[in-house]
Amino acid sequence: MAIIEEPLALPSGDEGIASNPLGVFSRPREATGLKDWLTTVDHKKIGIMYGMAAMFFLLIGGAAALAIRVQLATPNSNFLSADQYNRIFTMHGTVMVFLVVMPIGAAFANFLMPLQVGARDVAFPRINAFSFWVFFFGGVMLNTSWFLGGGANGGWFNYAPNNGIVYSPSTGIDFWNVGLLIAGIGSLTGAINLITTVINMRAPGMSLMKMPVFVWMTLVTQFLLLFAIPVLTVAQVLLLMDRVFDANFFNVQQGSDPLLWQHLFWIFGHPEVYLMILPAFGIISEVIPTFARKPIFGYPFMVFSGIAIGFLGWGVWAHHMFVSGLGPLSVAAFSFATMFIAVPTGVKILNWIATLWGGKLTLNTAMLFSIGLVIQFTIGGLSGVSHAIAPSDTQQTDTYYIVAHFHYVLFGGALFGFMAGFYFWWPKAFGYKMSEKMGLWNFWLMVIGFNLTFGPMHILGLQGMPRRMQTYDEAMGFTFWNFIATIGSFILAVGTLLVLVNALVSHRRWKAEGRPDVGPDPWDGRTIEWSIQSPAPEHNFDIDPEVSVLDDWWHRKYAEDEDGRVRRVAQAEDLAQPGNGEGVHLPAPSYWPILLAFSLPIIGYGLIYSLWLTLPGGFLLVAAMYGWSLEPADDLDIPHDHGHGHDDHEPVGAGA
Amino acid sequence: MTDVAEQTIEEAHDDDHGDHHDDDHGHHSSLGLSNMKLAMWLFLGSECLLFGALISSYLILKTRFITELLAGNPDVIAGIDNPGLVQEFIAEGSVEPLWDIPFTSLSSFILLMSSLCMVLAHKATEERDYKNQRIWLATTAILGSTFIGGQIYEFSTFFEEGLTFNGSIFGSAFYTLTGFHGVHVTGGIIMLMSLLFLSLRGKLQSDRAETVELVGLYWHFVDVVWVLIFTIVYLIP
Repeated sequence: MAIIEEPLALPSGDEGIASNPLGVFSRPREATGLKDWLTTVDHKKIGIMYGMAAMFFLLIGGAAALAIRVQLATPNSNFLSADQYNRIFTMHGTVMVFLVVMPIGAAFANFLMPLQVGARDVAFPRINAFSFWVFFFGGVMLNTSWFLGGGANGGWFNYAPNNGIVYSPSTGIDFWNVGLLIAGIGSLTGAINLITTVINMRAPGMSLMKMPVFVWMTLVTQFLLLFAIPVLTVAQVLLLMDRVFDANFFNVQQGSDPLLWQHLFWIFGHPEVYLMILPAFGIISEVIPTFARKPIFGYPFMVFSGIAIGFLGWGVWAHHMFVSGLGPLSVAAFSFATMFIAVPTGVKILNWIATLWGGKLTLNTAMLFSIGLVIQFTIGGLSGVSHAIAPSDTQQTDTYYIVAHFHYVLFGGALFGFMAGFYFWWPKAFGYKMSEKMGLWNFWLMVIGFNLTFGPMHILGLQGMPRRMQTYDEAMGFTFWNFIATIGSFILAVGTLLVLVNALVSHRRWKAEGRPDVGPDPWDGRTIEWSIQSPAPEHNFDIDPEVSVLDDWWHRKYAEDEDGRVRRVAQAEDLAQPGNGEGVHLPAPSYWPILLAFSLPIIGYGLIYSLWLTLPGGFLLVAAMYGWSLEPADDLDIPHDHGHGHDDHEPVGAGA
Repeated sequence: MTDVAEQTIEEAHDDDHGDHHDDDHGHHSSLGLSNMKLAMWLFLGSECLLFGALISSYLILKTRFITELLAGNPDVIAGIDNPGLVQEFIAEGSVEPLWDIPFTSLSSFILLMSSLCMVLAHKATEERDYKNQRIWLATTAILGSTFIGGQIYEFSTFFEEGLTFNGSIFGSAFYTLTGFHGVHVTGGIIMLMSLLFLSLRGKLQSDRAETVELVGLYWHFVDVVWVLIFTIVYLIP
């Protein structure tokens, strides 16, 4: 066989000199400023952007929630018309689920997971940037529907056949459909990226059962996303075909079965609720041991119950559909599965309580939010497991009891957990602590507001108040508790906003007082993200950390003395890596992720308004893909010495 | 600091830390599989659910379609643009009269053979046999294109026989499922052409055999999906 006589390419496959890919761009160099944020591939900056975008969408979703509560505060109210009301509660649910809770989970996964597994970045930094921008553009596109004919109006699950062009002729559902399809692409690429990172890029010595619980929960969450998102994508593509290309998937007149949509949606939808809560479970599983000063109780149970939730979450979707007439066998099977999934969740609750039990508790804001999660999620879990009893569920379906239930798990659970995470890891991200005093206000206002808002909804639901009802008559007897709930919602809104205020005010105060960064380990933490400086340096770890036990960082600081008592043997400041990035090679920023992501909403608007617009969008898509693929792996102008790796450094703090 | 609550101290394992070598830009792989390959497998896992949902939707809608036809639903009967075909559907109680099994078998065979060529292209890359690498990459792409050509021919035949995309639920489901697969094959062909282009530029040498392998993984997956679709849609009555 003849070997083609050609000069051999470099091992990286590049030409000798860094060439501009397709002659368009060289890789950007900026380390600060807008251009840096637009082109960064740093997982920490991307995590922060996820968080900021989610906060932006939280303001939108929160404003929608308050509008709903104002409308329902008094009987026979006309604050919102029925049509406006439909659009606002639909957009509230959609924004909160897809653009707030999911991305905050992604923010923590992005920022934290690589630090906790001891990696310099995620497996595919450019794909990571792409995931964020796709999510962001998808979310912005979804929200432009407010100005372009009003948002979607069929509830966040947009049941067929109501979602068809016949019953919903305005473009709201198209924006819902296309916006979420686009955001889903970001979730999918993000899931692939983060799973690869957890599986493949752990620090030497970190076997799977030495990973922090948060990393485990991230892994389970991303697997759920990996398998759930394509099902939603199929449902939405079928709907898109119906609405844009006149197909018949949900056309009852042509003999279709609208339950197809319900099944597809909830096969996605139930794993979805677990992938919203599991990151929060992971967060408080880090916070509680730190401030109880005890290792997590039953770590293997914690891990395996998370995995069990991940599996069982696939077998319970039809409990959303008991009233649709599934037949007794299906109802029995799904009832059983629904009861069963309460078991691993109960195991987790027990483990948190057992971790707290006998611990030396520090009741700071992060800890309070964690305990808030445990209590409120338990309430939400109890109302949830009552749905396993099908006759009772039949009564509760489409009442405020359901609204109360899922707000207890998603707001009282997930969002409280995220709040704990914000307070806990804020120093690691930004180098200063948020004020504890304001944090307490933050917590207590949220607890009071939250329970005032959603507690009464249990009663309203049992009284029979239907969900999605635009208004009610005084004679129905819903007035008092609705009014209480509205008061609660405003307290809750103020409480939630306080976290933003706290972040800004504390930062200003920290700077005004000229205080230095908090140091590597402000909470006497347990996992290796506390072994680096705060804020985390761009390259994360000067040298690859080596992990020998679970809670490795804690074990470097503490050891047993001769009497068998646990003593501090080293100070965090002495053990921590100094943050010297010399010789560390980081992936270069790139324009292509944001450009590739930007092509998708262009195609999206094209699908809604004029198919011609998909042409430039498609052209940009293809061009960006090729630009991406052909982009040199690195900027070769920067010296890139192969022989000099971090192995040359003397490990700091090894063997402690 | 003895005031720490009960805390188990595990013995640190001080062995075998030196075994981890960073060979590739400081990235080590905990699993021993490259990141790209792991990511491709994950992506294909996700694709399984995509096609699973599409195939399930097809099966449900086809069954509904036949049920409604047999029940004499006038809208459904009018949805097929060919009264003769409708009568055949009703007589058989299935959509089988539409299929041309020998033709689709042949195009399925062609697609499966392209997988063989893909394997040979990968093997040639690893063996630094770049001439055969190009030959097999091109052959794979040509066989894939032949399959797509066959699908276009089949679509236009079915369309002329009266099965339109927006006439019936069966038409919508059939064209969407097979069309999704066709788009996947087309994407694969584009990737193969890109590989061929890279190879001609001398940028696809044995150190990049994994790139060929990754495209191969995708290509084999798309073929396996077709085996499923062919069996479920065409062969099983």
